[in-house]
Amino acid sequence: MSSNSFSRYETRYFYALVALGALLVFLGYLGMHTMEEHGHIVTGMNNQIVWGIPHVFAIFMIVAASGVLNIGSIGTVFGKTPYKARAPLSGLMAIALLSGGLAVLMLDLGRPDRLIVAATHFNPTSVFAWNIFLYSGFFTLAALYLWTMMEKRMNVWSKPVGFTMFAWRVILTSGTGLIFAFLVVRQAYASALLPPMFIVLSFAWGLAVFLIVQAAMYSWNNKVLDPAILKRMKNLLGIFVISSLYLVAAYHLTNLYFAKQTGFEHFILRDGGIYPMIFWAGYVLLGSFLPLALIYLPGLGNTKTVVAASLLVILGSFALLYVFIIGGQAYPLSIFPGYEVSSSFGDGQIGKYVPSLPEILLGFGGLAIAFLITIISTRVLNSLPHDVAAVAAKNDD
Amino acid sequence: MNQANLDPKPNLDPTTNLDRRDFLTKSSVGLAGLAIAPGMLLFDLAHGRAQDEAVSNKVRWGMLIDNNKCESGCNDCVTACNTENGLSGGIKPTDSQWIRKVQLKDTHSGHISSLPMMCQHCEEPPCVDVCPTQASFKRADGIVLVDKHICIGCRYCVMACPYQARSFVHEVLTDQKTEVPRGKGTVESCTLCVQRVDKGENTACADACSKAGHNAILFGNLNDPDSDIAKRIRAVTSTQIRADLGLNTGVRYEGI
Repeated sequence: MSSNSFSRYETRYFYALVALGALLVFLGYLGMHTMEEHGHIVTGMNNQIVWGIPHVFAIFMIVAASGVLNIGSIGTVFGKTPYKARAPLSGLMAIALLSGGLAVLMLDLGRPDRLIVAATHFNPTSVFAWNIFLYSGFFTLAALYLWTMMEKRMNVWSKPVGFTMFAWRVILTSGTGLIFAFLVVRQAYASALLPPMFIVLSFAWGLAVFLIVQAAMYSWNNKVLDPAILKRMKNLLGIFVISSLYLVAAYHLTNLYFAKQTGFEHFILRDGGIYPMIFWAGYVLLGSFLPLALIYLPGLGNTKTVVAASLLVILGSFALLYVFIIGGQAYPLSIFPGYEVSSSFGDGQIGKYVPSLPEILLGFGGLAIAFLITIISTRVLNSLPHDVAAVAAKNDD
Repeated sequence: MNQANLDPKPNLDPTTNLDRRDFLTKSSVGLAGLAIAPGMLLFDLAHGRAQDEAVSNKVRWGMLIDNNKCESGCNDCVTACNTENGLSGGIKPTDSQWIRKVQLKDTHSGHISSLPMMCQHCEEPPCVDVCPTQASFKRADGIVLVDKHICIGCRYCVMACPYQARSFVHEVLTDQKTEVPRGKGTVESCTLCVQRVDKGENTACADACSKAGHNAILFGNLNDPDSDIAKRIRAVTSTQIRADLGLNTGVRYEGI
């Protein structure tokens, strides 16, 4: 199709995409409604695996929301011009992703109708309660950040707000890691490495999502991204993917070192059936090594391969979270060390979990919310990055 | 006119120095004492508490479970708990189980035993720490409960409990007991039969165990040095499960 005919139909395509997003949101609503009507009995969750696939979607989006804002921070806080041009888009996407993630998290509650209780009854010792505060602050700061960038009179405030935003999102992602790190009795989670690991993962996942949206926007507007900027961004993605691999490896290796944790590590990395398979094939191979090849191999690294690499990084993130969240719960608690145990309540047994349609729909519904907010806001607000070629070349250091 | 009212001199005779006000005061205190004493005595005997009296931290309810007396094939405590609290008794992974029998096999010696496992009513309960809405709470007398009105069903407490003692209500409930509120989408666990304890009764599991002749579950006030449970804990070696976590559980075990 020529670009002229595309322009003629552009509005129609836009509305078609909005309709597609709305349809997915509606399907997510149906999933949520089924869960609300019948209870979690219609999901694959049970008393051993209490957090299922909705948490995988929700945590991906919440972590990626923080990571996507990293693009803006590199521009505002660290003064890199090509990233500065991308700060408004990164702010919008952060709001979109956090909205999608929180929607899934909240609609997966046993009593989503009591959401207001979470605001009226605050437990200061609960990291969950801290996160409610951190999420609200994130929304406020992201909106403020966008305002300081889009309103000329407010531009002078962009830097201090950007700094605050940077600090806030580091704390927010640490908070996400701490939700798990504070679970001292769960062999999969009680690790001080989790907050930094989640921060580095957020860099990779956020950038991957950003690169896909950016490529779609450039293609939509019939523009070509400056190759120098593309090169910088893809190399950055490569560094983030390698850093993520390093921290994930450190997390598993430290666990392996503790004799009491080796049983869990053998389960998750070797003997646990589907979980080691998803970890090695999904996260390590498809989600890390293959994207690295697409990024760094000579002759590759063009827009298409970078988009493919980004999609694979996202696939890998879901694989990693599935193993981390579901696999982590599937391994039984060590209540009686030194004993073989069995009971009618899953003691000593590997938990079983198969995600059901309603909860999968809820997860995709959340992604669709993020998608809808992104495409509508990027169209309404002028957030397409405008680069000056010379600037990009000059900053290519 | 009444002559007595005009008399300026008080009655100084010590034998008759008891005016009407004094008499009324002293006699009413005495009568009140007579009226209350038997009630107090009965109340004390029953270890219960008046309906309008606040729960006090002078009491700490707990249990001592003798693993040696717990019969491997016996499930009476579980059945009694289900009946008392209106649980279905189902054992699907989505069914609520407030108490369960755990079979243990020592990996080195091969010794086999079994014990009942339920909420350990920790002094420092992780479920209470992590609950975002304070729905999970500990009463002053040590009983850990879930407020069904403010539980939002996030299941973080289920993740945090070291004893896998909590259940999430996965489906609509019918035929509930009025004394034991439960609800779809909320988390629940052993309440130490709070509805019975507040009336001065034993827990259903302890009663069932005694009825079966095993007497493996001893329930009582850990803070009362004269209670059977406190005496027994002083006399024998008892352990807390996952004592390494430092939670100071209200449920202790003997013989493991």
